[in-house]
Amino acid sequence: MSHSTVPRSGTEADATERTPVASGGATGTRDDRHRGRLSLRTRLRRDRVLLLMTLPAVVLVLLFNYLPILGNVVAFQDYDPYLSDNGVVSILHSPWVGVENFRAIFADSAFWSAMRNTLILFFLQLVLYFPVPILLALLINSVVRPRVRAVAQAVLYLPHFFSWVLVIAVFQQLLGGAGLLSQLLRQHGYDGLDIMTDPTTFKFLLTAQSVWKDAGWGIIVFLAALASVSPDLYEAAAMDGAGRWRRIWHVTLPALRPVIALLLVLRVGDALTVGFEQILLQRDAVGPGAAEVLDTFVWWNGVRNQDFGYAAAAGLIKGVVSLGLVLAANKVAHLMGEQGVYRK
Amino acid sequence: MTAVIGKPLREGPGRRAAPPRPVWEETPTRAGLAGKALVLALACLAILFPLWIVVVTSLSSRRTIDEAGGLVMVPRGITLIAYRELLGGGQVTRAAVVSILITLVGTLFSMTVSVLCAYGLSRTGSLGHRWILMTLLATMFFSAGLIPTYLLVQTLGLTDTYLALILPSAVSVFNILVLRGFFMNISPELVDSARIDGAGDLRILWAIVMPLSRAVLAVITLFYAVGYWSAWFNASLYLNDQSMLPLQNVMIQLVQKQEAPVGLAQSIKTGQLSGLAVQMAVMVMALLPVAVLSPFVQKHFRKGMLIGAVKG
Repeated sequence: MSHSTVPRSGTEADATERTPVASGGATGTRDDRHRGRLSLRTRLRRDRVLLLMTLPAVVLVLLFNYLPILGNVVAFQDYDPYLSDNGVVSILHSPWVGVENFRAIFADSAFWSAMRNTLILFFLQLVLYFPVPILLALLINSVVRPRVRAVAQAVLYLPHFFSWVLVIAVFQQLLGGAGLLSQLLRQHGYDGLDIMTDPTTFKFLLTAQSVWKDAGWGIIVFLAALASVSPDLYEAAAMDGAGRWRRIWHVTLPALRPVIALLLVLRVGDALTVGFEQILLQRDAVGPGAAEVLDTFVWWNGVRNQDFGYAAAAGLIKGVVSLGLVLAANKVAHLMGEQGVYRK
Repeated sequence: MTAVIGKPLREGPGRRAAPPRPVWEETPTRAGLAGKALVLALACLAILFPLWIVVVTSLSSRRTIDEAGGLVMVPRGITLIAYRELLGGGQVTRAAVVSILITLVGTLFSMTVSVLCAYGLSRTGSLGHRWILMTLLATMFFSAGLIPTYLLVQTLGLTDTYLALILPSAVSVFNILVLRGFFMNISPELVDSARIDGAGDLRILWAIVMPLSRAVLAVITLFYAVGYWSAWFNASLYLNDQSMLPLQNVMIQLVQKQEAPVGLAQSIKTGQLSGLAVQMAVMVMALLPVAVLSPFVQKHFRKGMLIGAVKG
């Protein structure tokens, strides 16, 4: 689909022009300084200050992002943390058990329950959360008064910067057993209710919390894409007799398409990660049956039960599947003719 | 608590009418406008109303709270007693100080490391530029996993130190990429002329690049600061000593688990102090810095997010 042989007119090309979000703002304005011609030593001398500047960040990333990958070997061990204070020593002395941990996990009903909860939450968020910022962005974009726009944006961005602890505390004050809703119900002679501890509605509660906290923040990307649409396009469409809704359909939405595709890719790639902190904070109140997801399953078995081999194996399963998902989602995005997270 | 934007926008003074509508655009219907306003107002209310209740209840006296039967919606008889008690030394005061210090030190450290790295990567074709960029980018696709990271922090001996709350999360690759995108957009002529005048890279970064990137520096500083201020998970993993806990973790104990703050249990029991007001005051302390700072940086957000996605 990506190679249409029909030459497109200028305006149309503009309409589908990649937004900076999707295509990256790196324009190679700087000269690629004769890379082949200089000897390694010359380049090293020339760039040594730049290299030194990147060093602290690179060391930290190697230490905390790359080095722990090796620690995943404990997934194939019956790891015993009490052998020594030093994790490396413990790893060297712990007995190897092959894929025993993985076999146990696949036979563990708690793991499958966590998997099911994770997937249900992912789909709920996709349906109930993902469209909200898009609709809000369209709404804000159609507001003409700059003052109204600025105030609305300031308010909508705000909750994104609150910690999950605070967001859940706020929800507790509104919907909890001692919260405002129960308070009002009781004052009018009904029974109070505690939405915060109800396992049946818990997944909807989580989604509502996510919307409250982050939907406003999600607007930004779409607003940026909308701001880059040339007004001429709207005018041309209007001249051709397109009404307000037709213009949204033929001009506005095509401008958003690459961004939506990119965010969908990111979201699908992250499908197994559904609000770790948010759920961990509420896990005890609701019970693991409804609240356990893969991340909390790993935390529970490792940090709480000290069964590190088992927990690391579960984490490894999640990590490998996630990586596969990201790559697959990217592939799909490329096939659809959109920019993915990285270029081919 | 409405967020007030400091300066009126560049479009002119606030009360000005909307900019003229293009000739071809239909005039919006009354109902359409009303509907739009209603949806926006509801969305803003959904955010502001809970915050309003929390703030008002934290400022209410024991009697007002008892009369309301719990949370207070209409302020009557403002009192600062809950804050006075909490900030008069003790558990919450200590936690707030810990949080402030970690936020300051952590943000300074993160910004230093990130700005240096972003500048070091801002010249395409420099030695190793591609490799280093790839190394950083790859981390956005995988994570080593909770358990190995946990074991690593223990092995490094960071347990029960504040370094465990700073170092593992000190570098955000995303933030480095945003900074780098900005630094790359600064006109090369400026940098070259400075180099001809004999300025070294550090000097160029400090005297030319950073002053020109104030907006993005403000945004990224806010991101890092909010990250440190809001973090609680690492503290719950690595700190066993109750007296070291930051504010968020104390908030979990006081608000979520409904424990009475150490030292105030007595006055809450005897009824001089409302337990609810104390809880709300802790929440206000956690949200105040964020709510005050973020609107100031707000107008730069969009630029920051734009350059966020950069490929190597």
